[in-house]
Amino acid sequence: MELKRVVVTGLGALTPIGNTKDEYWEALISGKSGAAPVTHFDPEKFKTKFACEIKNFEVTDFIDRKLAKRMDKFSQYAMVASDEAIADSKLDLDAVNKLRVGVIWGAGIGGLETFQDEVLNFAAGDGTPRFNPFFIPKMIADIAPGNISIKYGFMGPNYTTVSACASSANSMIDALNTIRLGTCDVIITGGSEAAVTIAGMGGFNAMHAMSTRNDDPQTASRPFDANRDGFVLGEGAGAIILEEYEHAKARGAKIYAEVVGGGLSSDAYHMTAPHPDGIGVVAVMKNCLENAGLNPEDVDHINTHGTSTPLGDVAELKAISEVFGSHAKNININSTKSMTGHLLGAAGAIESIASILAMQHGIVPPTINHETVDENIDPELNLTLNKAQKRDIKVAMSNTFGFGGHNACVLFKKLD
Amino acid sequence: MSDIASRVKAIIVDKLGVDENEVVTEASFTNDLGADSLDTVELIMEFEKEFDIQIPDDQAENIATVGQAVSYIEGAK
Repeated sequence: MELKRVVVTGLGALTPIGNTKDEYWEALISGKSGAAPVTHFDPEKFKTKFACEIKNFEVTDFIDRKLAKRMDKFSQYAMVASDEAIADSKLDLDAVNKLRVGVIWGAGIGGLETFQDEVLNFAAGDGTPRFNPFFIPKMIADIAPGNISIKYGFMGPNYTTVSACASSANSMIDALNTIRLGTCDVIITGGSEAAVTIAGMGGFNAMHAMSTRNDDPQTASRPFDANRDGFVLGEGAGAIILEEYEHAKARGAKIYAEVVGGGLSSDAYHMTAPHPDGIGVVAVMKNCLENAGLNPEDVDHINTHGTSTPLGDVAELKAISEVFGSHAKNININSTKSMTGHLLGAAGAIESIASILAMQHGIVPPTINHETVDENIDPELNLTLNKAQKRDIKVAMSNTFGFGGHNACVLFKKLD
Repeated sequence: MSDIASRVKAIIVDKLGVDENEVVTEASFTNDLGADSLDTVELIMEFEKEFDIQIPDDQAENIATVGQAVSYIEGAK
């Protein structure tokens, strides 16, 4: 059976540095940081008092008030980003066969704030369970694609993939394979997360995973810098319309890029620490290249997982050197998490969007906040430090890795 | 309008996102005000909280309109 080709025909982004895909792109190439003191709750007693929150966002500008109240923020963000992507794709919603349109979403956690608030409410009472009837349906991680399908009537496959920070790369790969196999014509994919909450910040702080650079939040996310001290928590959503190539061509759709491959692997090593030799990360990039039928020398740009943690950044770059050999130094490597912070389950989606737009514009967004060279990092690698670089990109790779040792990698190619 | 009636009305307006003018005595939560099964459970819980009363499930089933809610609460207070 011959696999169908899959292309990207729509993008939507709601990020800490821009609330639309165009704002997001402008912020990316100008090197803007999305970090600021936490406003969603009082962080006074928390070790980390800043995050990359969504800004200037009024949900009722996008979603009817009653409907918005039935959604956790992670669902609201999903709706807003997917609305933008669907509009961007110019898909004719009356003409399309909705039985062959699916929604495969990614979320690392789901409705954490809803869960937290309901449990806090219970704990403050006399032990009588007074849980809101919307508690479970608002909180479950699969409700975001459920809500999208209800709004648009898309009746194809509908679910959420959960693999922590790799979640939305997993969802894209599932979407890719579903279209490749001929099951669907179009899939709305991507991911969303809204974990800037008491439980989210407290939990990640307890793991010593997050930066505590409270005196200078905007420079806290500094992937590959010698003085990096952990990731910066972000929130938001990225939505990507994947479409079968002939279907897209037949309706004259604008095509951003082709999705040529996906790779998946597991570290099988530790709940949270990356494998020191990056064997799972090596495997996932090799899997992905093989799946795409590409050689290492074909890759021009890698948007790394690069979360700004001491161990993870070095392990990933070592793995890149191993997979790409002498070609590694020719690749424009970056980490846009230096600007957006870490959007957990939405990371793969917004970073893939960054790579797709980089390909479209011929510009690689920078890894900002680099001040001090880390001697454990090969100085020959081009980490696109501090300033965007012009680059003709034919093939771009996006890496994401999640707690639990989940690795996912996606390859995009400029359409010939 | 009684104090209870106006508080009931305010809850319904807030939870169901409907216009105040629609919340008339005979209005049915599901048929007239667009509530689904989860909305009606939420309304009953809000009434319990607001008026510090308990509405058993078998009683809650009989509260389908604005007027029935007001009468029940007036009787329970």
